[in-house]
Amino acid sequence: MSAPAPSMFTPAALDLLTKLGLKKGRANLEEFAATLEELARDNPNIIAVTSDSRGSGKLGHFGKELPKQIVEVGIAEQNLVGITAGLAAAGKKSFGVSPACFLTARSFEQIKNDVCYSDVPATLVGISAGVSYGALGSTHHSLHDVAALRCIHNLTILLPADNFETREAIRLAASAPHPVFVRFGKAAMYDLHPAGTKFEVGKAITLREGNDVAFIGTGETVVHCLLAAAKLAEQGLNCRVISMHTIKPFDSDAVLKAARECRAIVTAEEHSVYGGLGEACAGVIAQSGIAVPMKITGFPDEDTVTGAQADIFRHYGLSMEGLAASAKELLERAGARA
Amino acid sequence: MTDQELKLKSVQYRQKILRYITEAGAGHTGGSLSCTDILNVLYNRVMNVSPQNFSSPARDRYIQSKGHSVEALYVVLADCGFFPESELETLCHYKSPFVGHPTRKVPGIEMNTGALGHGLPICVGLAIAGKLDAAPHRVFTLLGDGEMAEGSNWEAAMAAAHYELDNLTAILDHNTLQITGHTRDVCSNEPLDEKFASFGWNVITVDGHDFAKLTEALEAPSPGKPKMVIANTVKGRGVSFMENVVSWHHGVPSAEQYELAQNELAAAELALAGEAR
Repeated sequence: MSAPAPSMFTPAALDLLTKLGLKKGRANLEEFAATLEELARDNPNIIAVTSDSRGSGKLGHFGKELPKQIVEVGIAEQNLVGITAGLAAAGKKSFGVSPACFLTARSFEQIKNDVCYSDVPATLVGISAGVSYGALGSTHHSLHDVAALRCIHNLTILLPADNFETREAIRLAASAPHPVFVRFGKAAMYDLHPAGTKFEVGKAITLREGNDVAFIGTGETVVHCLLAAAKLAEQGLNCRVISMHTIKPFDSDAVLKAARECRAIVTAEEHSVYGGLGEACAGVIAQSGIAVPMKITGFPDEDTVTGAQADIFRHYGLSMEGLAASAKELLERAGARA
Repeated sequence: MTDQELKLKSVQYRQKILRYITEAGAGHTGGSLSCTDILNVLYNRVMNVSPQNFSSPARDRYIQSKGHSVEALYVVLADCGFFPESELETLCHYKSPFVGHPTRKVPGIEMNTGALGHGLPICVGLAIAGKLDAAPHRVFTLLGDGEMAEGSNWEAAMAAAHYELDNLTAILDHNTLQITGHTRDVCSNEPLDEKFASFGWNVITVDGHDFAKLTEALEAPSPGKPKMVIANTVKGRGVSFMENVVSWHHGVPSAEQYELAQNELAAAELALAGEAR
């Protein structure tokens, strides 16, 4: 029997999750598959396109239930995106589903030209994104996708943090008139949002108010930001937590508000520190003239350490403990300067 | 339209292609001239597409995968009434919609192309959508032979056969030249007919400048199989000093060359008019 995957959370973090009353949901991947199937039942125009990825995409049930609404192209990601674009150009609401690593690297030119430049209403779904594949290594990691796709005009980029954000992202994508890219992982996520939360493309969600440090996270790092804020609260610090689920169009206002009101900013992303959320925030802040201590947390420019997703997150400080320590360091530096 | 009328149109198209390329000071001359007759037959005889039905889902779709030969396409679309021909005077100018590769800013263009190896996968998507809807429209794409080195074509070729896309026709502008030289010398991809046949396609090889043969091949039924029409063409067709000369891939005529070329085409036009009388 293989050893169980290491937990994304230390016992202290698990305790805090319980104290915060956060419930464990399912993987965003499963939420995506269920949402897409539900939408597709009502809308026969929705077509899923897979590259031998219906298993990895949890679309086996979808394929059995709605066999006429799934197109299999085999292990051919360039073709997957071209066909997804062609289906969309013919009036279908197509969802091209493939591991984020292959979808966004191998088919980059198809995303750029066939989908975005031609402006067809296709959605590309990058599954098992970031370091979800853990020890399978860098071939299977997508730490470049946000940076690469941010440079392409005419693409909405969504990184949902939990099941709620995933469901809303897929629903909105299903009626979007322009290209959308959604990426998420395959580990179970905690539900972060109270009932009644509104999800709008391009509008960050503030999960927790506070003016000491602002944690701006995206995708599946947001839960760790929330935990770090809760941990720092025990030490008397009030920290803001922002879920930046939309990378494009970017909610500059939320970032500038945080930069003006908070003493420091820590960004967190399951992505290279180059070209992702952190640099997007830094770009907005630097050009506004606001000076605020800031730290970009993500994956440095190095051969990514081997390990399970949890190991890799912890190694690079994408954990409650790591993010809280980064925040404290910034405050100390700010204090020393003041 | 009779073959004779199409022949005359092609000569006039070639005159315009040269005019607009020369005026713009840029363009893909050789390939535009090699595919002129193919586009002529497609738009004036085979396809059900016009400015009137362009927003109808029932229209036939044409995607020019070899996007660089856009000048031929623009000239044919203008002739079909998609936009006034005078607009082509802005080709490649600052802020013109007439980009040097097909874009949807231009009426009549379905998809933005220009990077090679993209048209066929897109057409497979369009054709699958047609099958899903049991729609009557057909999907056509024009490929270059040099372009066939792009692997994405072969991914799409497999899928097209797998899905039995008999509503899909690919036309290969088989002019045997690419920017560096003869395709067989650059990195041979021959025999293309056998390759497509082995991928499960119905392959028809024709003289790509013979209007009757092109029509016959494009109209031939192909039950259960996608169709590949290999059109053997001459790069630079219609202008003696451009024919089969590699440098005319994107060569732009000098004033002197322009006059020589237009004189040749005017003589051809005159001869055809004489035949018609």
